[in-house]
Order: sequence, then C-alpha cells, then structure tokens
Amino acid sequence: MKRYAIWPLAALVLLALPFVFDSGTSLTKMSLMCIMAVFALSYNMLLGQTGMLSFGHAVYYGLAGFMSIHALQILAGPSASMPLIVVPIVGAVTGLLFALIFGWVSTKRAGTAFAMISLGLGELVAASSLIMRSFFGGEEGVSADRSKLAAWLGLDFGAQIHVYYLIAAWTFFAVLAMFAITQTPFGRMANAVRENPERAEFIGYSTQMIRFISFCLSGTFAGIAGALAAINFEIMNALSVSGAQSGAVLLMTYIGGVGHFLGPILGAMLITALQISLSDYTGAWMLYFGLMFILVVMYLPGGLAGLIMAHEPVVRAGHLQRLIPAYLLAAVPAIICLSGAVAIVELAHHALVKAATEGPQMSVIGIEFSSKAPIPWLVAIGLFVTGLLLSRMTWPRVRDAWSEVHLLMKQS
Amino acid sequence: MTATIDQPQQSPTAEKASSALQLRDVRKQFGQTEIIRGVDLEVQTGKRHALIGPNGAGKSTLFHLISGRIALSSGDIAVLGQSIVGKRPFEINRLGLSRSFQVTNIFPRLTVFENIRCSVLWQMGHRYAFWYGVSKLKAVTERCEQVMDQINLSQRKDTAAGVLTYAEQRALEIGLAIAADPKIIILDEPTAGMSRSETAYAVDLIRKVSEGKTLFMVEHDMSVVFGLADRISVLVYGQVIASDTPERIRGNQAVREAYLGQAEEHTA
Amino acid sequence: MLELILFSSLNGVLYGMLLFMMAGGLTLIFSMMGVLNFAHASFYMLGAYFGFEIAKHLGFWIGLFVAPLLVGLVGALIERFGLRQVHKHGHVAELLFTFGLAFVIEEVVQMIWGKLPVDYRVPEALDFVAFTMFGTTYPAYKVFMLSIAIGMFIALLWVLTKTRVGLIIQASLSHPHMVAMLGHNVPRIFMLVFGGGSVLAGLAGVIAGPALVTQPSMAALLGPILFVVVVLGGLGSLTGAFAASLLIGLVQTFAVAINVSLSDVFAFMPFNPQVGTVLGDLWSVTVAQVAPVIPYLLLILILIFRPTGLMGNRET
Repeated sequence: MKRYAIWPLAALVLLALPFVFDSGTSLTKMSLMCIMAVFALSYNMLLGQTGMLSFGHAVYYGLAGFMSIHALQILAGPSASMPLIVVPIVGAVTGLLFALIFGWVSTKRAGTAFAMISLGLGELVAASSLIMRSFFGGEEGVSADRSKLAAWLGLDFGAQIHVYYLIAAWTFFAVLAMFAITQTPFGRMANAVRENPERAEFIGYSTQMIRFISFCLSGTFAGIAGALAAINFEIMNALSVSGAQSGAVLLMTYIGGVGHFLGPILGAMLITALQISLSDYTGAWMLYFGLMFILVVMYLPGGLAGLIMAHEPVVRAGHLQRLIPAYLLAAVPAIICLSGAVAIVELAHHALVKAATEGPQMSVIGIEFSSKAPIPWLVAIGLFVTGLLLSRMTWPRVRDAWSEVHLLMKQS
Repeated sequence: MTATIDQPQQSPTAEKASSALQLRDVRKQFGQTEIIRGVDLEVQTGKRHALIGPNGAGKSTLFHLISGRIALSSGDIAVLGQSIVGKRPFEINRLGLSRSFQVTNIFPRLTVFENIRCSVLWQMGHRYAFWYGVSKLKAVTERCEQVMDQINLSQRKDTAAGVLTYAEQRALEIGLAIAADPKIIILDEPTAGMSRSETAYAVDLIRKVSEGKTLFMVEHDMSVVFGLADRISVLVYGQVIASDTPERIRGNQAVREAYLGQAEEHTA
Repeated sequence: MLELILFSSLNGVLYGMLLFMMAGGLTLIFSMMGVLNFAHASFYMLGAYFGFEIAKHLGFWIGLFVAPLLVGLVGALIERFGLRQVHKHGHVAELLFTFGLAFVIEEVVQMIWGKLPVDYRVPEALDFVAFTMFGTTYPAYKVFMLSIAIGMFIALLWVLTKTRVGLIIQASLSHPHMVAMLGHNVPRIFMLVFGGGSVLAGLAGVIAGPALVTQPSMAALLGPILFVVVVLGGLGSLTGAFAASLLIGLVQTFAVAINVSLSDVFAFMPFNPQVGTVLGDLWSVTVAQVAPVIPYLLLILILIFRPTGLMGNRET
C-alpha cells in the first residue's frame, strides 16, 4: 500500500509548489521541468525499458509541437470550439502518427543500425525544416497566442500560473500512464526484449513487434511533451526537431538513470534547473554538462537514480551509518578536486572568452586577480591534482565500507 | 550412410498424427562446409526421443534448425504436421514447440519469477496488451508459482537470474522451456555441468513435465539418456546413423564404433 | 555544361577523397572495436585548428606534419584513458562516450578559438591557379589536397598489405575475436588503430581547413555524413568505404550544382501548388537545397534493404 501512496503525494506536491515558489521565473522553471520530465520518460520507454538507443527522438517532440502550435493558430478566434486543455491530444496523435510511419521503418533493425537510422531520420527532419517553410516557419519559427482559444471554466490560460497547472495536470497523467504501461504484459516483455532479444523470440514474442509498439507509445508521449512546450512557449522553432534537442533528452535521461522509472524525471529536473540557473553564473555551462555526461558514462552508468537506489537495500537493513564516515572522508578530496576543476574551467573561460571584452581581471569571493596571471592557474591546477591524488587514497575506504555492509547484509 | 528408420508403413494422415516432429533430408551448410548432411528423423507424439553423438556431430545445429534459430539449406522440417521452413522462432514456438539452450540463455536482470512469467504470457493469451496490469492476473501468477515449485526455485523467486548459481540457472533454463505448457519440449543438454544429485533431480523433473508430451533432447550423459528415452537417434558427422530403441542402439555395432565405444562401463 | 560536369567531377572526387581520409579510419575503428566513434569528425576539426595555430607561429608546412601527429596523440590518450575504461560497460556506453566527447571537444574549441570562423589561409606557395578550362580557373591548392589524399591512400594500402601490423589489422577487420585469441596484443592494436585513425582525420583537417571554412561547427556538419559513408560502404571493408566516399562526394557535389526543382521540370503543367503551403514548398524546392539531405536518405535505405552495405561482409 505504501507504494501506491506516492501518486497522491506527487499530485499534492505539484498542486502545492506554486505556493512555495510563486515568482514568474519559478513557475516557468517548474513548467519546463514537467515538460522535460514527460519527454525524458518517453525517451526512456525506448532506452531504459526496451534497450533501444535513438539519436532522433526530438523528431516526435518537435513535429508534435509544430502541429500543436498550428492547432493553436487555427483554434484561436471567436469561432473557437476547443479549449486549450485538449490541445495536447493533438500532440499525442501527431507523435503517434509519425512514430507509426518512422517506427515501422526503424524497428526493422536493432542495436547500432537502429541508432544510425534514428540519426538519419532526425537529420532528415531537421534539414526539411529549412525546406518546408510553411510548416516550420523558417528562421523565426511559428508562434501563436494561447489566450485566444475558447475559455475553459472562465480561464483563458494567458497567465503562467494557469498554464503551469494545465501542464502539471497533463504531466501527472502522462507519467501515471507511462508507469502503468511498465506494469502490463507488454511492459514486462519490453524488458525481456531489452535483456535478451533472442530468447524473447523463443518464448513466443516477435521482438520487432515489441520494439515497434514501444516506439509508437514513446512517440505518443513525446508528442504530448511537444504540445505542452508549444502551449508553454507559444512559439516553436527548428531547434525543437534538431539533433541538439535529441542529444539533450539523451543526456538528461542517461544522467538521471535509465535503469529506474524515476531516473529520467530526476535527470530532467536536474538538467533543466542547471540549464536555467547555471547560465547565470558561468558561460561555460554547456561544457560542464558535457563533462558531467562523460563522467556518468564512465563511472556511473546507472545514473543518479542508480546511485540512489543502490543505497535502498542498505537503508532498509539499517546499515547506512556504516557508509557515512567513509563518504565524509572521501567527500573532502572530492570537493577539493571539483573546485580545482571548476577553477580551471572558469579561468580558461575567462581568459579566452571574457578577457577580450572585460579585460583580464576577475573576482571570486571578493578577491581580485587576473585570469592571465600564473598564480591563479597554479592554485587551480594544484587544487585539482591534490584533490585527485587524495581521492585515490580515500576511495578504497569507501570500497571497504561497502564490502563490510555487503557482508553484514548477507549474514542477516 | 543413410538413416535406418524402424517404422512400419503408415498412411500419410495417420503418419502426420503420430509424428510430432519430422525431419526430411535436412541439410545445412555454412559457406562451403556442410554440417548437416541429409538427416531423416521422426519423433513420435508422446514419446521421449534422445539425440546422441560425438562432439561436432551437429546436434545443436539440428536444434537451431528445428527451433528456427537458423535457416535450412534444403530439406523440410514439420512440427505437428506443419512445415516450419522459413518460419521465425516465435512462429514455431506458437505452434507448440518450446526449447531450452545448451549455453544458458535467460533474462539476466529480471527475477526468476519474471523470467518464468514472460515465458507464459503469450500462451496464456496476453499478447501485446499494454492496457491492463500483469500482477493482478491470478492465473498467470499461479502458473508461475507452480513452475517455480517444479524447478525448485521458489525460494529464489525474487532473485535476479544473472546472480543465480550455475545449476539454478540450468534449472531456470528448463523452466523457461516448460512453463508455457508446450506440446513439444526440446532440451539441449539440460544436465550439462550438473553434479550427480542435481542430474538425478533434473531427470526426475524432465520425466514429470514431459508426461503426456513429446520430448526431444540432446544429451551426453548416457545414464540420463538410457534412463529417460523411449527412442534414441545417433548423429555422426551430420547424419543419423541409427534410430532405434535404447537396447538395440546399445547393441548396434556402427554406433559402438562411432560413439559408445566397446567398453561396458557406458551402460546405464 | 561540359565545364560543369568536369569541375563538379573534380570537386566531387576531391570531396570524396577527403571523406575517405576520415571514413577509412572510422571504418577501421568501427570494424575492429565495434565502436562508432562520434568524435571522429572532432579529430578532423582539431586537425584544422591545430594546423591553423601552428601555421600562425611556425608556418603551414610545419603544421602539415605536426598537427596530425598531435591529433593522433590526443586520440591515443583518449583511447587509453577513456574508451578502455568504458569498454566494460558495453557498446551503448562506448557510443555515448564518444558522443559526449564530440560535444565536449566542440565546446573546448569554441572556448579557445571562439565561435566565429578563423582565418586559416592557403599558404602563399600554393596560392596560384593550376589550370584554366573553359574560362574557369582551378586552384593549385585543390590539386595539392588531391595529391595528399591520394598519397595517403597509397600509404595506407601499403601499410595494410605489406606490413605485419597491417596484416593483423586486416584480420581484425573481419575476425576481431580470433585475432585476440591468436595471442596478439589487441589493446595495443586498438590504441594504434584509434590513434592512426585520428592522425588521418587530423591530416584531412589540416589540408581541408584553408579550403573549407574552419569553424567550431565543422565537426557537427561533417559527422553524420561520415556515418553514412561507413554504413554505405559496409563493415569490414575499406574498399567499400572508398567507393562510398567517392559516391557520396560526387552525388553531393553534383546535387549542389543542380538548381532544378519539381516546378521547373513540370512547368508545362497547368497545375501549380500555392506558395506558402507544404505542397508548394516541396514543389519549389531545388535539388541543390535537398542536397544536404540525400546522404541521410541513402543511409536509411541502405540500413533497411542492405544492412551489410555495398561491400561489407558483416551486418552493422
């Protein structure tokens, strides 16, 4: 029963958030997080659930977004019949339609071939966005005014707070639906196909059909995300079908963790938050994302969710306190190393990019120094190297603590 | 050398009814090498039929041909009267033929329970349904628990299949083959790598679950073969050199020369 | 018309050879290690930028020799300390690693050299007209590029067919596991192939930089085309990669020169789709505008109908 409680709780949190974070920017941030969460979850239906790596998922998100923005244009005006709240259905249908067409072709192959087909399709659609100016609107994109649609319960959804609730509601039901699908016969077989596509054929299932259905469902929910984005931003441009957008959702999902249902939600929230706030502090935020992604791929293939969930059995067995001293010890050199790395990146960024316009002086915590002088560089590199070396010494402690905990858990 | 099939002549329809698996002049070549060189074999319905032979004879290849993993170069294979040439593995499975693998081929990160559950879903009619949950399906859960009981893995039902011991994984292999209640069970060296007691348990299990069904298996352990089989076929260099009852196989000169050896310790 | 065909053929072959300089290395890496190196085009970009930087201080010719070697060093280090670590997590992880790498390299290049194209110039020694035909000139630098590319091809052929290492690499192309079991130091061969591929890509960048634009997006523009070439040519086949490179090079060069659209071809028909509609867009688009997309169409078609590519012997 405790597991089911998470849903009403989540609904409550979504309802209550605007009372805690009530500024315009917070509302926009939360709306964007919801949209990206749906997008990332739809992507994980392919990657984490069925084992299909796609480099062109933005196609379904973007095309649905464009279809929705055109729908907004059409539905606006005095003869308008449909209120805003049903527009995401347009997105869902568009996503499904294109997934049916492209999916039939893509799922004929698996593995790297499938990934390459998805890349090719993504590039095709992205390139066609420059050709089909009537649908994609060229460089400026297509815009609409959501408040011009028929009112619903007296609301015209011009205000961000109303749009937030619309998005949050659709997000809630989309997430619920996607979770429910994982618990169905199809959802279970999708996992089986991921684990051993060959064996799945010998127990009566067509692996291609499973992949195709997965693809279509995934496209449908990506379409919902696209429609919500159209509603939120009231503008759609070629960026939303681009390779960059496909790369972004891959990044988000992988960093969050492909092995757990919550992973993509975590990743979407984290990356969206960082994207919005980090860009205020540093111009090198894209570089940080890339480095973060590489580190996760190399050392943390389960993502954040994987890291957190690895502790679940430990917490349940009550042994978490045995890990904490080792963690605290390892955290110190890790933080030193991280500060060193950030310092190097920031110094480099400042010296190379900002110095041209602002001059070589920069300040951190009130201390002024030149980004071209040797001392700050020596400090930064020193921090990084020292942190790295010390980390190598403390890391075995963490490993030992884990071995100890594993032993204890085995015995009990 | 061609096969010696000890079969009284039967009318075609009666023949179809009594043979669960029929191989006619089956050939398979990889590049220039012919691995299966004209195999004629018949497994009668309800019988337990073993396939033995030296390493490299092509036994696993034959299994792959029957289950659809690889395509025939020429010849015909009929499962329950239907030709399976050109059919995909899932199509053959849906006809009622289920197999196990010599090299364990399970779903590593799914639990034992989920492994078994996946293998019963199609046969129990659930197809590709994504609109209702699977945990509420009582019939499915009951069947899974029954199978896990049979293969003695009920204690480990929530363990990921990848971390099971080797013997447990072999048991799961058998479980995946029998769970969907198939008409024909084909097992590829089911007791490979098992200890004596594990083998005895496996033989017991195989005997029980193949009651009233057709069993076709490859085995190296002669005690298993002679203990279980109603008929034995011997495959040497891609051809069946004998197909007969166990006693007559044991006494067959050609078989002894090619495989069993002259010494007496190979008796069951 | 003849002039168009002649020059387009020359340019097409040149473009194709450039593609092969990169696709050859990529095919080797993909066939041997199973890794589709997303960052391969990034090595091309690094070659161009390193070449530019060295040319600024020490001249083009030194850059020509040093820059590719530097890129090779970077490639070898990445293989040794990055890819090898990721290898145990599987092919998907390796793919994602190179994907992230391409991303990071682009960001770093942007940071160091800026977002705008840099002024990487043709060296004075080569800045003249090679020949004139039908009134159009053909620059000597392009002839130079062609000769370097051909020279590299011959050298690669010699290494692969006449040296011991080359024979091992050839064997690894179609049977990587067998080669490992024969006792060869496969990790070292991997590092060699990865580094070698990077050198070739870097060389392509050094010579292409002055002719094409040297900018941070050059990797992202060329990357997908490289994959098309490798897939089209087929796994395990360098000749396939060669054929595919030339094919794509010629097709794209010719397509860009053709400014014909459906409306031009069917101008005699009374029916004319409206401007501003989807059909109108499709009707009036020229072949030249569609040219960038043609390789991807080919990619998808090949993967569906002939996944072994033109000459490959293993499926992707």
